[in-house]
Amino acid sequence: MGRIRAFGAFAYDFVIGDDWLVAAGVVAGLALTYALAHAAQVSVWWIVPAVLILLLPLSLWRAVRKH
Amino acid sequence: MGAGALFIAVFLACAVEAVEATTIVLAAGTARDWRSAGLGVLSGIALLAVITAALGPAVSALPLQALRLFVGALLLVFGLQWLRKAILRASGHKALHDEEEIYRKQMSAAQAAPSRRSGMVPDLYAFTLSFKGVLLEGLEVVFIVLTFGSNARDIPLAALAAACAVILIALAGVAIRAPLARVPENTMKFVVGVLLTSFGTFWGAEGAGAHWPGSDAALLALIPAVLLFALGLAAAMRHRPTGPDEADLAHAAVAEVS
Repeated sequence: MGRIRAFGAFAYDFVIGDDWLVAAGVVAGLALTYALAHAAQVSVWWIVPAVLILLLPLSLWRAVRKH
Repeated sequence: MGAGALFIAVFLACAVEAVEATTIVLAAGTARDWRSAGLGVLSGIALLAVITAALGPAVSALPLQALRLFVGALLLVFGLQWLRKAILRASGHKALHDEEEIYRKQMSAAQAAPSRRSGMVPDLYAFTLSFKGVLLEGLEVVFIVLTFGSNARDIPLAALAAACAVILIALAGVAIRAPLARVPENTMKFVVGVLLTSFGTFWGAEGAGAHWPGSDAALLALIPAVLLFALGLAAAMRHRPTGPDEADLAHAAVAEVS
């Protein structure tokens, strides 16, 4: 049980890292891109860069506030 | 994606990981036992080879669209975490990555640990330290090679770039028998963060169904744009006015002195 938990903690740290909001924001941005690209047939390339512009300063602000 | 861009991106990312692994192995070998540290390196590489052999064909077998979405998402999360740390370091909110300091800490911990023999391994501590260092940093190398290589449909070139980086850094480490403190690691991490984020943005959006203006040429605008954005954030944070936390610390310091 301890090893499974340790592996889970390692996998979380390896993929998600210090701020879960980054991973959640990326998934949300890509999901929105996918949904709009397939449902509305509109130009959606700008959504992920827009998410990046919002997410990076937000994550930095959270890191500075935490420390 | 051009072959040159693929080679440079993978080479830089893997060189950073190799510097970190080399520091750990050097500390294990110098403070404890070189034979055990060497066995740890070989065991770590063997396990990485098994992981690569298992994951490589599976990743390559995915349809390109699904692969780009999956890999793009992973690269973007990975890249943003790297970039976040790099900006925090560049703006003075996080201590710079210092290989000499890490080496000193690893050395003192290694010297203090008790010695224990196990089978062919004269010193289990040196073996474990070295094995873990190679495996953990190596996993990131495998991840980078597989994601970049499979997306660009050129895993051999990505593997060659990784091998060049790892061999070059390992030779430098063996030659000087000291931490590679003169490698501009913090700058390299910043650049790698920009590259991972840019490629993750490009592939992730494309995998989700977006069509970039100019197709692959969009990367030529995306990479400088991410770099400028990250540099701008680092500069803005460096000139940030003193926040309440820093003011509290200053008050505490004054109170302690007086």
